[in-house]
Amino acid sequence: MSGYALTRRYFLGSTTLTFLFGGVASAGARTLNGQPPWQAFTAEPPTPQIGNGLLFFLPSEFTTLEALVARLIPADDLGPGAKEAGCATFIDRQMAGSFGTYQRFYMQPPFVNGTPQQGTQSPNVPHVIYRAGLAALDAYCRATYAGKAFIALDAAQQDAVLQAAEKGEAKFAGPVPAQQFFNLLLQNTREGFFADPLYGGNRDMIGWKLVGFPGTRYDYRDHATKHNQPYPLPPVSIFGRPDWVKG
Amino acid sequence: MARKLPSRDVVIIGLGWTGAILAEELTDAGLDVVAIERGPWRDTAESFNVGYAPDELRYAVRLDLFLRPAQDTLTFRNNLSQTALPIRQFGSFLPGDGVGGAGVHWNGQNWRYHPTDFRLRSHLTERYGASAIGDLTIQDWGVTYDELEPFFDRFEKIAGISGKAGNLKGAIQQGGNPFEGPRSDEYPLPPMQMTYAPTLFAEAARSVGYHPFPTPSANASAAYTNPLGLTMGPCTYCGFCERFGCANYSKASPQVNVLPVLMRRPNFEARTECEVLKINLDAAGKRATGVTYVDTSGEEWEQPGDLVICCAFSLFNVRMLLLSGIGKPYDPATNEGVVGRNYSYQTNSSVQMFFDDKTFNPFIAAGALGQSADDFNGDNFDHAGLGFVGGAGMNCVPTNGRPIQTRPVPPGTPNWGSAWKKATKESYNSAFSITSQGSSYTMRGNYIDLDPTYKDRFGRPLMRLTFDFPDNDIRMSSFANDKLATIAKAMNPRQIVANKTRSPYTVVPYQSTHNVGGAVMGADPKTSVLNKYLQSWDVPNVFVMGASAYPQNAGYNPTGTVGALAYWAAHAIRTQYLKNPGPLVQA
Repeated sequence: MSGYALTRRYFLGSTTLTFLFGGVASAGARTLNGQPPWQAFTAEPPTPQIGNGLLFFLPSEFTTLEALVARLIPADDLGPGAKEAGCATFIDRQMAGSFGTYQRFYMQPPFVNGTPQQGTQSPNVPHVIYRAGLAALDAYCRATYAGKAFIALDAAQQDAVLQAAEKGEAKFAGPVPAQQFFNLLLQNTREGFFADPLYGGNRDMIGWKLVGFPGTRYDYRDHATKHNQPYPLPPVSIFGRPDWVKG
Repeated sequence: MARKLPSRDVVIIGLGWTGAILAEELTDAGLDVVAIERGPWRDTAESFNVGYAPDELRYAVRLDLFLRPAQDTLTFRNNLSQTALPIRQFGSFLPGDGVGGAGVHWNGQNWRYHPTDFRLRSHLTERYGASAIGDLTIQDWGVTYDELEPFFDRFEKIAGISGKAGNLKGAIQQGGNPFEGPRSDEYPLPPMQMTYAPTLFAEAARSVGYHPFPTPSANASAAYTNPLGLTMGPCTYCGFCERFGCANYSKASPQVNVLPVLMRRPNFEARTECEVLKINLDAAGKRATGVTYVDTSGEEWEQPGDLVICCAFSLFNVRMLLLSGIGKPYDPATNEGVVGRNYSYQTNSSVQMFFDDKTFNPFIAAGALGQSADDFNGDNFDHAGLGFVGGAGMNCVPTNGRPIQTRPVPPGTPNWGSAWKKATKESYNSAFSITSQGSSYTMRGNYIDLDPTYKDRFGRPLMRLTFDFPDNDIRMSSFANDKLATIAKAMNPRQIVANKTRSPYTVVPYQSTHNVGGAVMGADPKTSVLNKYLQSWDVPNVFVMGASAYPQNAGYNPTGTVGALAYWAAHAIRTQYLKNPGPLVQA
């Protein structure tokens, strides 16, 4: 091998490779040289999850899901809750994406129970946790409350069911423990309440208005040193604001 | 069978901060460099576009820019008696992926480690005697602060760091960190505008006798042009730093600060979405011949090269050495071997404060915007009689008010229902936390090796992490947390909640992506993988960059020192190695 002087090898190399890999525009493995790759209008914007219809849940499941999220973040004197914010729709849309099957996570066997410090070792993915969990929830409610499904219970009874699930005291039949169902449901409900409205929840920026988060303004230089003074502007999302698109 | 490609002068594995720095330096020296990166190409306009960059769900929760465990993960256990199980969802730490690496999603706190950190064992032995160190396996780095100083300065200028010097050539400066090592120059940019919470913290810290200063930040306080001619825009305090790419060209990253120059060099080439499987060695195992990688179609390629530089994220550098058979793997049973030895982390704690009468606007923030105090960091205070060594920086760096993940509520608040909603609303704008970021000292039994059971998607063994907090570090962190609480009390909040670090360490809640060690540098091949120039003792045409070289961790974010070490190693390669390829230090 020659020394470290600049040689003409790279010309040969790059020509060959561009041919082998089909040029820089192809998806997947790319060979890049000469300048940073850039083309006008190339970007990876999110897909807005708006519109009607369900992508994953059955209508009966969706009704139960709406009743559940309405107890986790209720409508009350502080304003609308998770049902009004569209959290059930948000969860439906999340099930249709990579999250629904934990596509990004390491799901190779063997699945062995470990210590709490080792993190989840469950093979259950959200599709299973919701589908089997909702069925088990209703079976639990029917067995506990004289044949009534979750949506037929009054608010105090629904809260009692959720508390029992949260503490792991409710026993769910099937592959999904009550606590696993509850934890995912609470996580996704909070996500739906506070995520950008483009994902189907946080309708009218209900969640952001509750806490006073201005959303995606992205430039606060004029307020950074206005200490202890409330921020004056209303929230805005990646979508903009409803009053921007009227008419 | 891998198809063989034409040879290159230099093959770089991973195109994050260190890969970009080494490639820029070595193409500048006239070498023909190829960088092989397992993730995608990423740039500001395409990948962190301002139209949709501030998306908490996509980037901070679903972790769009990060390594996915389905691609690669680790197994974990607290100690040798347990069976390690895979980290199926990343939690405690979040490795990056793609061009820019962790330099895309970092917050931008940019520290120089303290002069005593680099000769830790020698320093502590001189001051307190060897018995103070106990069974910790801490050691000297083999390089000194004074040797690294010009390279700290270089990285700060490349990255456009905002801050205030506290020690210029030995003269203590008003407003800076009086404990820092002597600097040859000021920061390239002045400190950022200070928001409310850090301002209160600084007043309180001063009132109890400490020495606060603006946290050194890679979020540009003003427009800036670096020595390569690349320009940063001023930070807008948007509150979307960590876990996000910056759409404003304000947070230093390889994309903003190095790559636009590097990519135009005719003697540089990047190959993205190509994963290096291993470094190939000659029959004697004494010389690297190149690397084998696989592209997205599953095809394997052999890329020969004269010099191989491992620039992956810290953990994955260690794994690459283990998979390639470079250096002797560490065995905790015999305490022999070096690769995987001396893994360490960061020992953090926090104090939350809830106020009745204050409005903090937590969403007006930047990843490294805040105030820090070093009074109890490293060996800046007398440890005699304290029962531990090490220390912690005290920081008030409120990075964001993104509401899926930043919703403080007082302890005892229910997790749901109207009471949760009320507490969430009340506390969102009137609470904040201060933190101690503590040293992590090494001990026998905390290490990395290859897992016997679990494999990655190519059938290679996952790496196995065995780690728990040493008792020394728990005592240190508790001490630092008590000091934090004294600052918190001086702010007179309604409620103070101290969160101390406890054993056992868990991989579930996020703590820090400051995973260091495992391929450590040093002066003795029996206790280090690399010599002081980050060159493999065993295979001298392999260099390994990154925080995997840290013999133990200090109470600082690692990136500033990672950058300095990269420029230091590049300088050694340019001025010494190329003239006479071979070991730069005789074993």
